[in-house]
Amino acid sequence: MRFRTEAGCDPPSASHDRAGTVLIDFFYRLRAARVPVSLKEFLTLLEALEKGVIGPSVDDFYYLARAALVKDEAHYDRFDRAFGEYFSGIEQIEPEQLTIPEEWLRKLKELRLSPEEMAAIQAMGGLDKLLETLKKRLEEQKERHQGGNKWVGTAGTSPFGAYGYNPEGIRIGQHESRHRRAVKVWDQREFRNLDSDVELGTRNIKLALRRLRRFAREGAASELDLDGTIRETAKNAGWLDLQMRPERHNAVKVLLLLDVGGSMDDHVQLCEELFSACKSEFKHLEHYYFHNCLYESVWKDNSFRHRDRVSTVELMHKYGSDYKLIFVGDATMSPYEITEPGGSVEHWNEEPGMVWMQRILSVYPKAVWLNPEPEDRWPYRTSIGLMRQIMDGRMYPLTLDGLDRAMRYLSAQ
Amino acid sequence: MRFNGSSNYVATEDLTLAVNAAITLGRPLLIKGEPGTGKTRLAEEVAAALGLPLLEWHIKSTTKAQQGLYEYDAVSRLRDSQLGDPRVQDISNYIVKGTLWQAFESDTPVVLLIDEIDKADIEFPNDLLRELDRMEFYVYETRQLVRAKHRPIVFITSNNEKELPDAFLRRCFFHYIRFPDRETMEKIVAVHFPDLKKNLLREALDVFFELREIPGLKKKPSTSELLDWLKLLLAEDIPPEALRAKDRGKLIPPLYGALLKNEQDIHMFERLAFMSRR
Repeated sequence: MRFRTEAGCDPPSASHDRAGTVLIDFFYRLRAARVPVSLKEFLTLLEALEKGVIGPSVDDFYYLARAALVKDEAHYDRFDRAFGEYFSGIEQIEPEQLTIPEEWLRKLKELRLSPEEMAAIQAMGGLDKLLETLKKRLEEQKERHQGGNKWVGTAGTSPFGAYGYNPEGIRIGQHESRHRRAVKVWDQREFRNLDSDVELGTRNIKLALRRLRRFAREGAASELDLDGTIRETAKNAGWLDLQMRPERHNAVKVLLLLDVGGSMDDHVQLCEELFSACKSEFKHLEHYYFHNCLYESVWKDNSFRHRDRVSTVELMHKYGSDYKLIFVGDATMSPYEITEPGGSVEHWNEEPGMVWMQRILSVYPKAVWLNPEPEDRWPYRTSIGLMRQIMDGRMYPLTLDGLDRAMRYLSAQ
Repeated sequence: MRFNGSSNYVATEDLTLAVNAAITLGRPLLIKGEPGTGKTRLAEEVAAALGLPLLEWHIKSTTKAQQGLYEYDAVSRLRDSQLGDPRVQDISNYIVKGTLWQAFESDTPVVLLIDEIDKADIEFPNDLLRELDRMEFYVYETRQLVRAKHRPIVFITSNNEKELPDAFLRRCFFHYIRFPDRETMEKIVAVHFPDLKKNLLREALDVFFELREIPGLKKKPSTSELLDWLKLLLAEDIPPEALRAKDRGKLIPPLYGALLKNEQDIHMFERLAFMSRR
C-alpha cells in the first residue's frame, strides 16, 4: 500500500519538505482533537521518517506516529479518530454531539416545575418530545450557531440554546439564567472537558503542597554526618571519629478538616485529588470530616458518621498547636448555621459554629480555608463572607494558584 | 540494527516498530501496560536478539537520579587517609560509577533498562532529562564530562503509579502493551510450551479469559500468571477434562492459586462459583 493522502502527495520518506507540509496539517488536526502533541515530538516524527524507520505503509506510519506523538494510553482513542479522519478524509463526527449525555437526562429528573411551566412544556408536546427534538436538531446541526430561530445556538428564539427568549427553552452551555425563563441549564460537555484540563492534576497538587515541606531530623541515627565527622576528626588530631545522625524527613504536621455532603458533592473529584495528594505528600496527616460548619464533634470515617464521632475538644487536645490546620469546604450554607445556636441542619448544636471555629483557630495559629467554589462567586454568598471574616481573610480558592498562596502562608515563619 | 521479535518473545507489529524507531533515533522507549504483560522481559529479549549486553537499573522509592550517574564514596576515602593509602591522593578512586555511566562508557552499544521509573520520587524523571536527551553528564568532583560513546538503547518501564512529567515524556517514544488477544496469547503460550496439547490449551485459555471477564477482580490474572498456571497444570499432569468443570458443577479450576493472587478475589470467585452451582 502506498503512503498517500487524499492530496496525492509523495511518500514522506522521499521528500522531507513536502511531507513536512502535509504533516503540519496533521499535527494541527491532532492538536484540534485535543491530543497534547508538542513541537519536539513532531520533529522527532519527522526525524524518524527521514531516517527511514518505516517503509511506505500507512499501517507502519500509524504505529510510528502513535509511538512518537502520543504519550498516554488515555489519548490513544482521540489519536485514532484524528488519524482516521485525516488520512481517509472521512468526515468525523464527535459522538458526544449526537447523543444526549446521561447527566443532562439525570438533571432533568431533578427538575421541579411549577404548574405554569408544566403547561408551557405541554405546549411543546411534553418534555420527552422536547428532548427528542433537541436530539434531532443536534444531529442536523454540525457547527456552532448564533441567531436564527431554529438551530441550537445562542441568542435566538428557538427553544434550544442560550440567551434566548422562549419560555420553554432548554438552555445549553450557559452558566446563569439571563431571563430566568429557560427550563434548566445543561452545560455542554465540551466545557466540562476544558475545565478538567485546567483542573489540578494530582501531580500539580503535590508540587504545590511541596512548599509546605519542612525537613527535620528525627528518629534513629542511621546516616553518616559528613560535616560532623570531619569536624570531630579534626578535633581528634586526625583520628577518625565517625558521627551519625538521623535521616531527614518531611516533618510538617497537617490536620485536614473536610466538609462532606450537601453542596460539596459537586466538588468530590477535586477534593479526592487533593486528599490523595496530601496523603502521599505528608507523613503526619490527620483528617476528619465535618458538615458545612465545624461544631462540637467531627468524624473520621464517613460511613460511621453517626456512631463514631470525635469531640472537637479532644481533637484540639490531641494534636499540638504545631499542626497546620487546613479546612476544605465551600462554606456555602445558611448564615444561621454559623452564627446561631441550633443552626446546624443535622443536629441541635448548643453553641454556634462560630464559637467552635474561633476556639480551634486559637489553638492552631497556622490555619487556612480552601474553597472549591470559584473566587468570583464569593462576594455573593453571605456565609462565605462570614467564614472569611472568621478566618481573618485566610480563605483561598482550591486552584493551583490558591493552593500556592495558602501554602506560602502556612510555610511562612 | 533491527529487532524482529525473538524465538521466546512474541512482539506485536506495533511494538516492534516502536522498538526500532527508538533504536534508530537513539531515544528512550517508555513502556507501559498491565503488570505481567512482559514490559521488563522486552529489554532482556531485545538485548538477547541484538546480541548486546544488558544493564539494568531497578528503581525503588528511595532511588535518586544521581545514583544512576555516580556516587562519591567519602567514607572509604576518609578511611584510606587514616591508613595512609596512596590512593587517597586521587579523588577519582572514590567515584563509584552508576548504571548510566557504565552504559555510556561501554565500547559496544548496550541495552539499558530503567525498570519501574514510577516508583521513584516525583522529581526523579526531571533529574534525568539532560542525561537521557544529550546522553552526557558532568562529574563535579573530577571536573570531567562523561559522554556516551554509543547512545545506549534505553527502555523505561512504568506501572502508572505516578504521572510522569511532560518534559520527560516529550523525549521518549511511548508504547502501551495492550493485553494480548486470544490469538496472540496462543502464540505466546506456544513459545513457552511448544508441546502443549491443543485441547488442554483451549480449555485453559477458556478458563483464563472467563476469569478475566469477572467484574470487580482486584488483580486480573495476566500473561505471566497464565504461564505459571500452565506450568503447574503440566507438572501435575492435569487432564483437559478436569478444566471443563462446568459439567461437574464445580467451577473453580484446579490450582487456581496461580491465577488469583488476592484472597478477596478468591473469596469472590468461590462465592460466584457457589451461586452458579445452585
